[in-house]
Amino acid sequence: MSNPLRDMEKPDVIFCIGTNMTECHPVAATRIKKAVHRGAKLIVADPRKITLAEIADLYLPLTVGTDAALLAAMAHVVHREGLIDQAFIDARTEGSEAFFEHLQQFTPRWAEDICGVPAADIERAALLYGRASAAAIYYTLGVTEHICGVDNVQSLCNLALMTGNIGREGTGINPMRGQNNIQGAGDSGALPNNYPGFQPVTDPANQAKFERAWGRKVDLEKGITKVRALDQAVAGKIKGMLICGENTLLSDPDRAHCEKALKNLEQLVVIDLFLTETAQLADVVLPASAWAETDGVFTNTERRIQRVRQAVKPRGQARPEWWIVSQIARRMGISGFDFESPKDVFNELCSVSTLYHGVDWDRAATGAYHWPVPYDGHPGTPRLHEDEFPIGRGKFKLITYRDPAETIDESYPVWLTTGRRLQHYHTATMTGRSVGIDYLLPEEILEVNPTDVQSWGLKDGGLCRLSSARGSVDVRVKATDRSPPGTVFCSFSFGDVPVNKLTGSGYDPTTDTAELKVCPVRVDPL
Amino acid sequence: MNRTDDKTENKQPVGTINLDGAEVPFYYGETIYQVSQRYQSNIPTLCYDDRLEAFGGCRLCIVELEGARNPVASCTTVAVPGMVVRSKTKAVEKHRKVLTELVVSENPRGAKIDPLRGLASQELGELAARYQVKGDRFAGKQSGTTNTADDNPFILRDYDHCISCYRCVRVCAEQEGDFAISVMNRGFATQITTEFNQTLSESACTFCGQCVQTCPTGALGDRKAMRAESLPGPIETTRSICPYCGVGCSVDLMTKGDKLVGIRPAMDGPANEGALCVKGQYAFDFVQHPDRLDTPMVRNDAGQLVAASWDQALDRAAAGFARIRDKYGRHRVYAVASGRAPHESAYTIQKWIRTGFGSNYVDNCSRA
Repeated sequence: MSNPLRDMEKPDVIFCIGTNMTECHPVAATRIKKAVHRGAKLIVADPRKITLAEIADLYLPLTVGTDAALLAAMAHVVHREGLIDQAFIDARTEGSEAFFEHLQQFTPRWAEDICGVPAADIERAALLYGRASAAAIYYTLGVTEHICGVDNVQSLCNLALMTGNIGREGTGINPMRGQNNIQGAGDSGALPNNYPGFQPVTDPANQAKFERAWGRKVDLEKGITKVRALDQAVAGKIKGMLICGENTLLSDPDRAHCEKALKNLEQLVVIDLFLTETAQLADVVLPASAWAETDGVFTNTERRIQRVRQAVKPRGQARPEWWIVSQIARRMGISGFDFESPKDVFNELCSVSTLYHGVDWDRAATGAYHWPVPYDGHPGTPRLHEDEFPIGRGKFKLITYRDPAETIDESYPVWLTTGRRLQHYHTATMTGRSVGIDYLLPEEILEVNPTDVQSWGLKDGGLCRLSSARGSVDVRVKATDRSPPGTVFCSFSFGDVPVNKLTGSGYDPTTDTAELKVCPVRVDPL
Repeated sequence: MNRTDDKTENKQPVGTINLDGAEVPFYYGETIYQVSQRYQSNIPTLCYDDRLEAFGGCRLCIVELEGARNPVASCTTVAVPGMVVRSKTKAVEKHRKVLTELVVSENPRGAKIDPLRGLASQELGELAARYQVKGDRFAGKQSGTTNTADDNPFILRDYDHCISCYRCVRVCAEQEGDFAISVMNRGFATQITTEFNQTLSESACTFCGQCVQTCPTGALGDRKAMRAESLPGPIETTRSICPYCGVGCSVDLMTKGDKLVGIRPAMDGPANEGALCVKGQYAFDFVQHPDRLDTPMVRNDAGQLVAASWDQALDRAAAGFARIRDKYGRHRVYAVASGRAPHESAYTIQKWIRTGFGSNYVDNCSRA
């Protein structure tokens, strides 16, 4: 997030797109509800009539995968109505002229045909956002899990840049991170393109810096993403994998492909709490100590660095991951793994990361620091981009709408979109083993619009078969207005409804993020 | 940051009031109660929750205000320069004692509530002890009847202990924005309930547990924590961060011995300010679940995963990766770090790939 969580109660206008926040980030959503109660206007763009849509002042029910068209038309209106912040554009951005020229073609009427949102509502949304003195954007994977995920995010950046809604209280471009430490995993350098602290591996100066720190020259070329690594495993090129704390088989798109990749490896080592579907394919399974059994650091969605602490003894022989990985490294004769505590590891991370340079294990314990904390004595940065962007001037990007990788046709005439539910989390390895959660949500359901239930010959509460070009799953039907006609929703939390057998139609060309939010399917009664 | 901090941040005092003989500064909009909290004046409350709009229902926080005919509720009276306030006189203390007796008479077992029931569950008991009252003086009718029909696994609705402070109603509306809890009838017939008097699962309740944690009598109880009532030993708490989404709510882990028995929201947690959701509040049993892996496992010649020692498993893992690297080259091993494990996990994994193989063949699970 560019802005801290407490800023969520400050905007005049809140624009939530592709974020089912009351279910996926419930505590953050309470701040949105408070802001709305205080009088802030809420715009919600989502294919499904989620709870946020019900409390919105303006709900934009767009067709799955059409965010870029909606956002281009909103920018068109903001520009046409003269709601741009010229002073901000002059001082902080570049490329505005070409951008405004590019926008001319994207009228609300044009967008209506693509995204299904009435042109008048696109106008209203643009006027609300454009006229606000402080407008904030919140988004989640509904924006990024598309073949055009980067385009979508850049479209949001364009809106914020043209109206100067960045770098101030109650504004910003705020992705809500989905997992407790997914931010921290990236911060720590578990990325194919960046060293710790998002320092690009392609910069020779960084290569030299880390060679000095670690005693080994690392490739100047980026590595490959996990998606490509799985492809290369199928092709027989990747031969060995270490997977830590991820149930890849259930969480990743195109399960058949994923299974083939993992089975094709000469060696798969899995570190996990449980013998997950993925761990069952491993050659070596190493038991990790769990949350509540481990001391360590998490960084949350607002870049706040916080300590987690051990409260109970680890289960059986379980050990923390840093110890396990260090042991593997040492047994391979790799130097630099003489860590004796999580504090040693974290302090080394801080010493090599520009973002964490001014924190250490003890300062992390205060929970008071948002990165970047570039030097000792720096107070941290709750709000990004107040004076300058890391790249200097903000760049407007010329985005053109593209259809999803696969679109509905006669064989697969229904849009499937996937996500989480309030009660469960990911593949339910944790929530599925916690007493009571099954009382709230005992099994997976497919949310289908009541008119579709009728016209497709389904029965509310009955079973149906959901099929895509890649596979099929059987799931119980629930008739609900939350799904618009022609679009169905299912989570990926239940092992007996492995919906990711169906997904995997395409990937964003820049990030390799899978288009998990769009998958043409057929729904047949059983 | 709590509300008091928010109000005082970057602000100058607007004046002073005289509190029990001392001139004390206050900030714009503060109530007498909020000012008094900074000076340990120990004014009692029951219906007060720092996060909620002041309610003024319990009248325990009354103080004498010079110029006012009757004592005023300090939680709803905004400080004005020059006010002279007496919070500890015999008269107000006597009044508080009578009020406490009235409340305790509604709640005869009030002093014996297990603290596992909830964060604020001891408040009434502590008050009864402070004023040395038992509740027999006004014994008689009671409001609220325990709901035995609601068999949800999370929230006990033991309204026999209810004192109608409405903290549950207000936290659900003001803090959560869910409006699942409401009040039925008046006087001794008052009953905290849900819309249409349903079970919680039939209502708008999301089982975030906020009502349980703010209940000052334990009338609402954390059923999951209460499973450990019979375990011996004290409750210990450890401050940590929730393991679910990226919001990073601060929690206190409750343990008895080596058993994780429950979760409490941290009122001073910067991301959540006391709020939690159903997962963070109740979905913790996975930690000590029998399905947890006890030992390392390796695949044997028959293709089965069998238990192994750490030495066997680590040697096998290390030898396998070294063999692949030496036989096929540096770009044949790949690692995926977890978005759930701490930084130290991801850092060692990427360092292992970069220093062991000289490649950048590492990612985390954020792309799916």
